[in-house]
Formats: sequence, C-alpha cells, structure tokens
Amino acid sequence: MATVGYNDSDLLDLQRRLVILRVGLLLVVALLALRLWHLQIREGPYYRDLSENNRTRSVVLEPARGLIFDRNGVLLANNVPSFALYVTLEDVKDRQALVGQLASLLALDPEVIQKKLSTGKGGKLQPRKVKDRLTLREATLIESHRLDLPGVMIQVESQRNYPAGDVAAHLLGYVGEVSADQLEKPDFADLHQGSIVGQYGVEKWFDRQVRGRAGQKSVEVDALGHEKRAIVSDKPLAGDDLYLTIDAKLQKIAEDLLGDESGAIVALDPTNGDILAMASRPGFDPNVLSKELTNKQWVEIVQNERRPLNNRATQGQYPPGSTFKVVMAAAALESNTVTPSTMVRCNGGYQFGNRLFHDWKQGGHGSVDMNEALIHSCDVYFYTVGQRMGIDTIAEYAKQFGLGQETGVELPSERVGIVPSTAWKQRARNQPWYPGETISAAIGQGYVTVTPLQMASVIGTVANDGLSIKPRLVQAVMNRTTGERAEFPPTVRGKVAVKPATLALIKSALADVVTKGTATRAKSPLVTIGGKTGTAQTAALRTGPEKDIPKKFRDHAWFVAFAPVEAPRIAVAVLAEHMGHGGSAAAPLAKDVIEAYVKAYPQVLPGAPASGRAKSPAVPVDARPKT
Amino acid sequence: MIDRVIDSRGLDSFDLRFMGLIAVILSVGVLSIYSVTHSQDTAFPFYLKQLVWILLGTVAFLVMYLSDYHKIARLAYPTYAVILIMLAVVLFMGKSSRGAQRWIPIGPFAFQPSEFAKLVLVLVLANYYSRASRVGWLHRVVLPGLIVLPGLLLILKQPDLGSGLSFLAVYAAMLLMVGVRSKALGIILLLSVMLFPFVWEVVWASLHDYQRERVMAFVDPDYDPGGKGYHALQSRIAIGSGELSGKGLYGGTQSQLKFLPEGHTDFVFAVYAEEWGFVGVLVLLALFIALIWVSLEIAARAKDTLGALLAAGIVAMLCFCVVVNIGMTAGMFPIVGIPLPLVSYGGSATIMTMASLGLLLNVKRRRLTLFY
Repeated sequence: MATVGYNDSDLLDLQRRLVILRVGLLLVVALLALRLWHLQIREGPYYRDLSENNRTRSVVLEPARGLIFDRNGVLLANNVPSFALYVTLEDVKDRQALVGQLASLLALDPEVIQKKLSTGKGGKLQPRKVKDRLTLREATLIESHRLDLPGVMIQVESQRNYPAGDVAAHLLGYVGEVSADQLEKPDFADLHQGSIVGQYGVEKWFDRQVRGRAGQKSVEVDALGHEKRAIVSDKPLAGDDLYLTIDAKLQKIAEDLLGDESGAIVALDPTNGDILAMASRPGFDPNVLSKELTNKQWVEIVQNERRPLNNRATQGQYPPGSTFKVVMAAAALESNTVTPSTMVRCNGGYQFGNRLFHDWKQGGHGSVDMNEALIHSCDVYFYTVGQRMGIDTIAEYAKQFGLGQETGVELPSERVGIVPSTAWKQRARNQPWYPGETISAAIGQGYVTVTPLQMASVIGTVANDGLSIKPRLVQAVMNRTTGERAEFPPTVRGKVAVKPATLALIKSALADVVTKGTATRAKSPLVTIGGKTGTAQTAALRTGPEKDIPKKFRDHAWFVAFAPVEAPRIAVAVLAEHMGHGGSAAAPLAKDVIEAYVKAYPQVLPGAPASGRAKSPAVPVDARPKT
Repeated sequence: MIDRVIDSRGLDSFDLRFMGLIAVILSVGVLSIYSVTHSQDTAFPFYLKQLVWILLGTVAFLVMYLSDYHKIARLAYPTYAVILIMLAVVLFMGKSSRGAQRWIPIGPFAFQPSEFAKLVLVLVLANYYSRASRVGWLHRVVLPGLIVLPGLLLILKQPDLGSGLSFLAVYAAMLLMVGVRSKALGIILLLSVMLFPFVWEVVWASLHDYQRERVMAFVDPDYDPGGKGYHALQSRIAIGSGELSGKGLYGGTQSQLKFLPEGHTDFVFAVYAEEWGFVGVLVLLALFIALIWVSLEIAARAKDTLGALLAAGIVAMLCFCVVVNIGMTAGMFPIVGIPLPLVSYGGSATIMTMASLGLLLNVKRRRLTLFY
C-alpha cells in the first residue's frame, strides 16, 4: 500500500460527515431554486416587460461646474438645483400629441420642442433635454400629468447661479447649452446635446477645467418610460474651482462708479499682473443669459445699441488720446530725439504743410520741456517730437509697451487695437503713410486705437520700472476631488528697452500731473497718485460748446494712473465714453478706485509693515529676464 | 498487478452514467455559448474554441483517470510549488483583462493558473491529511492553513475574489472531512464561507453608496468597472424574463442585444435561464445535483483516506462554484468572478474541472480493487 495513516474508523467518521455535506447541499440548492422561482415565476412578468422593451435607459448625470471665487474667497458663481425635463422617444406613443401637451403645459413653442426632440446624437433610447430651469409649479404640473405623458422624465440638475447678479458679468461670462457647431469640435467631443458649457468670460476660457466630467446612471423604467429605480454606474466628477485675482468689493465699486454711463475701468497690480477689478458698463445679468432665452429676448440683447455684451475693457478699441503721450515720452527720450531739457515753443498750434494742428489750449503753453509737456499735456510739443521721430519709431515703442497685441488675459475674443506704421498702412489700407498722419498719431488720435486693459498694462509697466507682467484673471485652480490647488505664477512678458532714468522722469512728471497739472481732481489725501489724462475725439466735426454737442458725438474721457507713486501697487485705466475731458470725467473715478483699494489693503502703502506687503506677492527679482 | 486487472475490466454502468452527466452538462454550456456569441463575426468563434477546450479537457480527464491517484498525490507538493511560482509570475507579467491580472499568455490563448491552483490545493491537502495521523490543533488546522496561505494571498492580490473564496472553501471542506477536535469548527468554517455572501448582503444593504464603493473597490476593484450593479440588474432581468418556459434558443433578448455583459463566461447561467426558463433551470440544477450526488457516492466508498479526501475536496470545490455562480447571477450574492463549472466558456476552468472529475472517477475505480 502506498498510503499511510489509513484506518477504518477514520473512514467511518468520514462517511458520517459526508452526510452533512449532502444535507447542506440540498438545502442550498433548494434556496437557489426558490430564488429562481421568485425571479422567473413570481416576478417573471415584470422582468419580461423590462426585457421586452429593454427597460433600462442610460441617463447622463451632469457634473457640477466648478465654483468661482474672488481673490479673497468671495463666491461669484455656484450651482443651485433645478428641474429639467427629458423625453425618451422610444417610450413616446404619439409624438405629435406629446408635443402639443408639453407646449400647453410649459407655454413653449411647439416648434422649439420638435426641434429639441429631433436633434442630438443617440437613437430613440437617448433621453433628450427639452427644457431646463422648470419652475416648481411646472415640475409639479408635469408630475401630476405623468400618466398622460409617457416618455417624459423630470431630472434634478444643477443650474449655474451668479449670486452677485451683474457684478463682474463680463469676466465671469455665462453658460449655455453646447451648440451644434461646438459639438463638432474635438474640445467638446465628450459632451452631448444639452450639455452646459461656458459661452463667455472665464466660464468659456476655463471651460475644460470648470466643466467637470459627466457621469451616467442606468434607469429602470416602467411601461410608460417613467423611472422606477436607478443605478449610478459612473459618478459625475465636479469641475475645478477657479480663484480669480479680482476683489469683488473693488469690482463692485468700479462698476458703480461708471453707473449708467458706458465705459470701462481696469485696475491691476503692476508687480504681478493681478487684475483687481475690470468693470465694463453697461452690463448684463449672467443669470438671465445662462437660461435658455427665446429668440426675441436674444435679439433684444444682441441688437441693444449700447452693446451690453461687449466687454469694453478688452474688446472696446478707442483712440488713447493724450494718455498715449506716456509712450511718446519714452520713445522720444529713448530714441534720443529729444533730451529732457530740449525746449519746444508752443503757440497753440503746429503748422504742417497747409494744415494747422491745434493745441488743446488756445494760445499755447509757451516754451516747454518734456516734464512740463507731460504735466500740462502740451500737444504742440508732442506734434513736434512725433514729427521728428517718424511713425515707425513711435510704433516700435508702442509695441514694446504691449499695444497692438493681445495682453494674453484669460478672456475670449480679446481685441488688439491698432499701432499704425508705414508697413501697417500699406498692408491694411494699401496706401502709403502720409507724414501728416504722424502728427495725429503723436497725440493718440488718427489710426491709433487701444483697449482700456492695454492702457492699464502700459501704465503698469511704467509704474513697475519697465518690467511688463502679463495681466491675469485667475490665480489658482482647485481640483474638487483631490483638493489640490494649482497656483498660476505671474508671467513676465518682457522688459521695455527704456532706461531707468527715463522712466523715473516720466513717473515724476505723471505725479506732477496730479498735483499741479491736468488731473488735480485725482489728488488724494490718502495716497500719492501719478497719472495722465486723455480725451479721445470721436467726431471730426466740432462746433460750439461741449454741452450743445449731441452726447454720442462727445469725446471719450481717459485717465491712466498708478499709486502709490513711491512703490506702485495699483495701475488703473478709466475710459468713460462720451464724457468729455479726462481730467474732469475720468480722473475722479480712478482716484476713487485707488482710494478704495488702499483702504482695503493698507499694507500696500509706503511704510506699511513688510509682512503685510507680501500678501500679494510681487514677481521675484530672479524671474526677471535680462535685457 | 491489481491495476492491470482492473484496467481490463473496462467501464461499468456507473462510469458511463457519470460521464454521461458530464457530457450533457458540457453540451448545455456549448449550446448557451453558441446562442450568445453566434452573431459575432469571427473566424474562430467561442463555441468552437470551447469544443477545443473540452477536447483538451477530455485528455486531462483520461490522464487523471488512468494514472494511480496515489502517484498523482505524491506529486502534489512539487506541483503546488510550480503553481505558486506561476501565480507570482502572473502578478508581475500577466495579461490584464478587465483590470485584473489573472492570465499568462500562451500564443493566442491565455492560461489562468488560479483555476488549476484549486485542484492542486485539493491534492496537497488530501495528501497531507492522509500521510499520518494528524492530531492536535497544530497539525489539523494551523499547518495546513500555512500551506493554503501563500496561494490564497497571491490569488487575492490579482485580484481574484472568486478563486480566493474557492480556495477557502476547499480548505474548510477538508477540515470538515478530517474532523477537527471540535467538529463545530469545521462546520462553522464551511458555513461561514458558504454563508459569507448572505452575510455580506445584509451588511451590504446597511452601507452607504460611497462606503460600498470603497469596500468593493478594496476587494475587487476592477471586476465590474464603471458598472457596479449594472451586471446584477441585467442578469436579474435576463433570468426573470425567462419565466416558466423561457424564450427559446436565440430568443434571449437581454443576452442577444448585449445588455448582459460576459454572457458566455461568468453570466452564462443567466443566458441559459432566459432561453430555457424555470423548467430549464430545474433540469440543469437536477443535472448538477446528480453529478454531485454520484461524486459524493465515490467519496463515501473510497477505499482509503487519501481517496476519500480527494473525492470530498473535489466535490466541495464543485459545489461551491455551482452555488456561488448561480447565486450571484440570480442576485443573491455580490458578483465575484466564479465561472459555472462545465458550462461557462473558459479553457483553464474547463480543463481543470474535467481533470478533477477524471481524478474522482479514478478514486472510484481503485475502490473496486478491494472487492475483487
């Protein structure tokens, strides 16, 4: 025998134990049979029904969009629950009748419903969103009619909400259903008809981060297509949160300063590019635009003459007027066209060929040097140096300061304005440059156009001793799932090739503009401010006193400023459309914004404790490129 | 000498009944696999592949049937060592499918060592307990437990919860068979393995969704990726909609329309139940009970401890797989990856099961030597 350990009593024992196994087996198999009887006989008809109509529907679970906060964590955009109505065509017995019923219950155009039902990917099994933001009344109405409405489902979804209403509307943007055109693009490949995407502002620019990822659930439906039971097979992933650089309070102040007038105010921190406020008026309520608008509502908004959807800070292109003299001064000194002590005689006009170019001051400023020309905004001085430099030198410096190109701010459809040059004229107009046009350009008129954001960046670059930092709206993105916060460091755009002495001269002259020049209305007891006024002509025809001119032909008022003069931490550009002179209409607004800022952030004032000043970090010195 | 005498006797009616049962159950499997995959346009469809596995399984059956099981048992330890190495290899360089690493690729096919590990474990434990009188806790429970442990851990690491549970079931069944000092221990162990899914279900129901997901992600992260509950629901619909008499061959809309995933492997029972109804289900259950009954007969009449333990271990393994597979497709247990023996598509499982049954019949054949 090959085996050991064998004995008879062991085997007898084993036989007894096998009986236990037999009994156990029979019991368990009986249980299985009972379960199968339950499934197949007792509940058989129910499951048969489910299988025959393939009674499971795959429903997309919309993700919650990421939240948007300001620099101090004030909530600017969140999500609130809302009801959405879906229709699954597979379960609809009579489509025409259903469309009619829904149209009357929801007061919708039957054609709109038809269109919703016939567009989109997926077959008849794919539920289609017909309407969202149902009111509670509408939702209960539908629910109470559910027996007459086969194939209709009410889903609770999250709806974008902007708690502050129209504050920062142009920055935040709004959301809307993804369009058919967008769905064709690879960026939207993971979306479907009815998906909500950002359509404007940072909502659009950062849509991929904020959007999140949709989930899915399998819904068991009854014979009428109504939900019986749902199984979440794939949870939706919330989008990332955005932390903006703006200060919501300052933003509101800036918007209120513009009030009902049209215009823009941009305030940024020149040391790191943080946009502290960017107001554009008139505005809009993103809550309204994120709803589904009727054609009529949409036309009303788009055709509004004051163009509320236009973000004037990044999309409005205006002649810079005398604010351009800041760039002109740098160009003239740096190209050695003049020295700081070069004097120009101003008699109130500049004769070129057979045309006389007027100074804004009748009778002129007398003999002025660069410093005085800036303080009093002498046109003749800049006509003269502009003519000596030529347009291409002006263009070269204007581009160095970032004009004629995107600032790179994280907003869609930024406009770039125009920096005219001989090459530009040839390309754009197919005409040679006429020397007379240089004279207009020298005071920021003629072909030159800029956006308020570009001007804020220009004055910020001057304030920051020539180091240009890319303006930015978003500080950080936080992943909602992992809690990881990714900070965006400031980006250095470059350093303008202007000597520190030149910049120092310009800054000191701009400080004097406020203390004794054209912008005394910007003088503040709280903080030292430097700035430059500008008045952008909109119509060539100018007769009679200002108040007699119809408003839409009046000049735009400009003011660009920085503060504190000693160590600037805020740069502001104000543009007030058709408000006349920069010194009277725009400068006080800039002063108010700056005062509000230094009140809220006293640590930016000179002499404040160093630890406080670190709150909004400047670009470290070693990050600066060599020039 | 005795062997030669027996060999010449050929097969008796008992053997033929046993093999007949196996053949009928195998046919049910091939038919269901054919039904659910016949519409797939491939050069080498699943049902043909399964026929090849059955052919190889038949060879394995004959090899195990014709060799002396004492000689086979003597190879138990070396074979177990080889299996352990393979399980380790699978972890490091195995082929992933549905996220779990269970396969070693061999040409166009994949070999799943964890399936064979079950049979080898039966051999090892039967061999261990038959060698000497194993008395006392240490020798009865702890030492064999230490033998089971490395294989169990390697399998759970893959992760393969189903095979891991089968491993435990074999160990528990062996303990019950050899009798522990307190017999209750063996019973409790066996019952707890058998009842684990029931208990699980109760605890399960009391958990929150996210807790379940965490637990499930911990035990078996990838079995049902992105669809916890989807398989179970579709499987229940398939079975339930079969009603009394079924929808007929190819009539299973759930499986034919691909709402039921894995219709030819782990969920083949749902396909069968949908097409053949409660009547067909009872027939299949009866076939399995008959096969197990006959196998228990062999265990009960084995001529020595080794034979009895081998037979009992194999039967326990078979029972466990049948009960857990049907239970999970019927929505009684959570879904763990256990194929239905002889029915589900799969090379390793089919060959292993047939080899086990060959070994079982071998035990019966040796028994007769005592009577002649």
